[in-house]
Amino acid sequence: MAEFDWTEKYEAVIGVEVHAELATRSKMFCSCAVVDATTAEPNIAVCPVCAGMPGVLPVVNQAAVELGVRLALALECEILPSSIFARKNYFYPDLPKGYQISQYEQPLARNGRLTILTSQGEKTVRIRRVHLEEDTGKLTHVTKDGENYSLIDLNRAGVPLLEIVTEPDLHSAEDVRAYAMALRNLLRYCEVNSGDMQKGVMRIEPNVSVRKRGSQQLGTRTEIKNLNSFRALERSVAYEIERQVKLLQAGQEVIQETRGWDEAQGKTVSQRSKEEAHDYRYFPEPDLPPLVIDPAWLEEIRLHLPELPVNRWRRFQSQYGLSAYDAEVLTNERIVADYFEQAVSQAPHLSPKTIANWICGEVFGLMNQAGTEFDPYLLPVDSLVELLSVLEEGAINQPTAKAILAELFGSDKRARQLIQEKGLQQVSDVNQIRQMVAQVLQENPEQVQTYLNGKETLQQWFFGQVMRLAAGKANPKVVQQVLQEHLDHLKTSAKR
Amino acid sequence: MSDLTSLNLHRAIQGLRQGEFSCRELIQAYLERIQLLDLDLNAYLFTDPEGALKQAEAADQRLAEWRKFPQTELPPLLGIPLAVKDILCVKGMPCTCGSKILEGFVPPYHATAVERLLAAGAIILGKTNTDEFAMGSSTENSAYGVTRNPWNRERVPGGSSGGSAAAVAARLAPVALGTDTGGSVRQPASFCGVSGLKPTYGRVSRYGLVAYGSSLDVVGVFGREMQEIALIYELMAGVDPRDATTVDLPVPHIDLNQNIELSNLRIGVPKEYFLPGMQPQVEQAIREAIRHLQALGAQVEEISLPHTEYALPVYYLIAPAEASANLARYDGIRYGPRLSAATMWDIFYRTRGEKFGAEVKRRIMLGTYALSAGYYDAYYGKAQKVRTLIKQDFERAFQTVDVIAAPIAPTTAFPIGEHTDDPLAMYLEDVFTLPANLAGVPGLAFPVGFDQQGLPIGMQLMGSYFQEELLFRIAHAYQLTTDWHLRTP
Repeated sequence: MAEFDWTEKYEAVIGVEVHAELATRSKMFCSCAVVDATTAEPNIAVCPVCAGMPGVLPVVNQAAVELGVRLALALECEILPSSIFARKNYFYPDLPKGYQISQYEQPLARNGRLTILTSQGEKTVRIRRVHLEEDTGKLTHVTKDGENYSLIDLNRAGVPLLEIVTEPDLHSAEDVRAYAMALRNLLRYCEVNSGDMQKGVMRIEPNVSVRKRGSQQLGTRTEIKNLNSFRALERSVAYEIERQVKLLQAGQEVIQETRGWDEAQGKTVSQRSKEEAHDYRYFPEPDLPPLVIDPAWLEEIRLHLPELPVNRWRRFQSQYGLSAYDAEVLTNERIVADYFEQAVSQAPHLSPKTIANWICGEVFGLMNQAGTEFDPYLLPVDSLVELLSVLEEGAINQPTAKAILAELFGSDKRARQLIQEKGLQQVSDVNQIRQMVAQVLQENPEQVQTYLNGKETLQQWFFGQVMRLAAGKANPKVVQQVLQEHLDHLKTSAKR
Repeated sequence: MSDLTSLNLHRAIQGLRQGEFSCRELIQAYLERIQLLDLDLNAYLFTDPEGALKQAEAADQRLAEWRKFPQTELPPLLGIPLAVKDILCVKGMPCTCGSKILEGFVPPYHATAVERLLAAGAIILGKTNTDEFAMGSSTENSAYGVTRNPWNRERVPGGSSGGSAAAVAARLAPVALGTDTGGSVRQPASFCGVSGLKPTYGRVSRYGLVAYGSSLDVVGVFGREMQEIALIYELMAGVDPRDATTVDLPVPHIDLNQNIELSNLRIGVPKEYFLPGMQPQVEQAIREAIRHLQALGAQVEEISLPHTEYALPVYYLIAPAEASANLARYDGIRYGPRLSAATMWDIFYRTRGEKFGAEVKRRIMLGTYALSAGYYDAYYGKAQKVRTLIKQDFERAFQTVDVIAAPIAPTTAFPIGEHTDDPLAMYLEDVFTLPANLAGVPGLAFPVGFDQQGLPIGMQLMGSYFQEELLFRIAHAYQLTTDWHLRTP
């Protein structure tokens, strides 16, 4: 998309709805297993309750409530002592009961906030409400022998979801992306779900409107659906802002509607207008009593809440002297932040900055190469600490350390053991190094002459030759020192 | 052996254990009577002779073994036949709910109430007729034909549990399960001259009860004598992990053979339940029954339930609203018949349009309207507020009286076809039974007389929450000193 600067005259106002799957073992209202809907055989996890058979009743899954409360607390929400389930009525073949059990007037939680990091610094996004609901099934449309069929898979039907709705506090595609990333980090920190957008465990629907800068009135909004990556999210919001601004510039009106993101064409496409919008006829679910949150249980959940990413990000900067960027990279994932802090506590003799550099550089690189998410089992903390300690002691040099790290990765070997086995200890013995330096100078009389004639840059070449002779194990500082001594000696002799 | 069908539940249990007759003989007697009479009555929509006889043989074996070791425990209902309203799921038996939209549907699960009775040894004879999805007061709304009143074949048996009431009245089953959303157990009990209990909401699990008005529906039971009803109630009641609206309170064993003492009992008679348009013999019979209880020692006083007149409009907003959602699942997609059409939406429209009956569609429309944006507050929201007032009427009344005695219906059984063109007149049949459902309190119906045409008249006792046992005791005292309940058509 071409650069299009609308920011001077217009302001975008964006709110976001996120549906986050709650990673429970069983579904929201029955004991069916939650299976990976992208890989499982269709309709493998279905029972009379989630299939909406006559006469069956829902029973609330407490584990889902706990995850919902945990995330709501992490979003600094007010948890309602008693919330109400409601029926949201509409017909669709993937909705077995003809209504979705959700929450409407009294949600699980409300009035929270989330801090996001953008290029303009920290921003606070207000959270309007957080509520529990159930997912629907999935329709697949196929053609066989010229006939069209729709196939229904109810594996997802009844899977617990948490809907998280912001106030319209976001103002750019970057803001929306930052919010989505921050929420994803939070979901993962709180072990609410994997944050995997491809698997649909986090579905994002931005509501986009624009208005003239300085106006107090909100513009007409559109809702974007079908977003399954952060990239699609950012692109679609940027596209939609531009589309709306252009409409307003041309004196036209924005129509309130739902628009789908067409990844291939890179545009949003009208799906359903306000006139076609459903009247969901919400009313309290008579099959479920109010969801009462026991204050003692709430406190217990609060007590076990992990340190939140943004707090950790701040602390990493102040406590360990890390840059904002390094702190962000390390705290994006709880598992990485935990790994870093374990390493720091196991190695008080190492600088946290050094540890951070190794994790963000070499360790991330190896995980990437292995094509896996950050997995501490591939490189236990104490293994990394042992390697960095050996390096710090000067027993090996940096290139050797990197080479050893690659060998440690995914093996159960330890650094000291590997160095022993391979004889990779650094040579710091001055006499040994003197012999090697002498040998190099002796074997290269022409280069020595050129050097003595004034081409002093050859010193670096001699250094390389010595290191090669030492198979890279020589202590570079000692080599430099000894080489300097020898060359100085040769210069003095030549002058005589 | 057909006189086996005239034994009460406890005599049947005793006879089976003492070997006076076999379970096979007992079941056979009922099956033969059903074959003889039900072609005309149409109380049953489905019977399962083979299954019932097979279970009877198993019960006979068990009884034979037990007689060798009589000190061991037997399931309390072993070998006792039971009829089940066709709105409660019985695994492996069709469940139509009196509707074409569920034709051919066979649930793969039992309703909890059914499961508990089966575990207690009961044998299910079959499924009984009902107004479609329990919406009606006469069984005329059944898609499978009306059930005839055993006392007069030209009259309705009441409804919606008319099939179960008629089955017990005609001795086609000793006891039968029904459901009561707005009077659907008590009113047919009254029309058919049998006894029937609507328990406290939340006392018996609704799991497997095909929902009509979820906040009102409750599983009830028909029988003739209080001991029968008390036993079935006791076996069905209690908390169920599959129904979040059941209440976790213990279910004590009910023994009605203890000394009956009514002298400390205070009975309230609500003045709002005696309307000018009532059939005079109905009012007479009720007044007479109350005098009888007074003669047994009870103190009787007139009370007021001031919001009674609003029960009808409140009920006809709340029940249809819930029904409009509860019946949304019948879309022809997963079970029941599916009418073919060009588009998905046309499949919905055609299937629902053709397979639901008129009354069901009327209530779906009413409920959809009451919940619609812009109307919710004025209809559904307001109805909920008035429902609270009706509930408070009862709570206030039970501070001064122990139970409330009242008529069940303004008339005795009306002729088939009389109200079919006038839904409002039909709705008025429920005017005395709706309040107990809206409040959630228990109601017990039992016969207290007959009108000049020989049609039975029933009275209801309503109690405070979970006071079923008290209701049984009073009705039992009444039945020990009267014989209305022993009369048969």
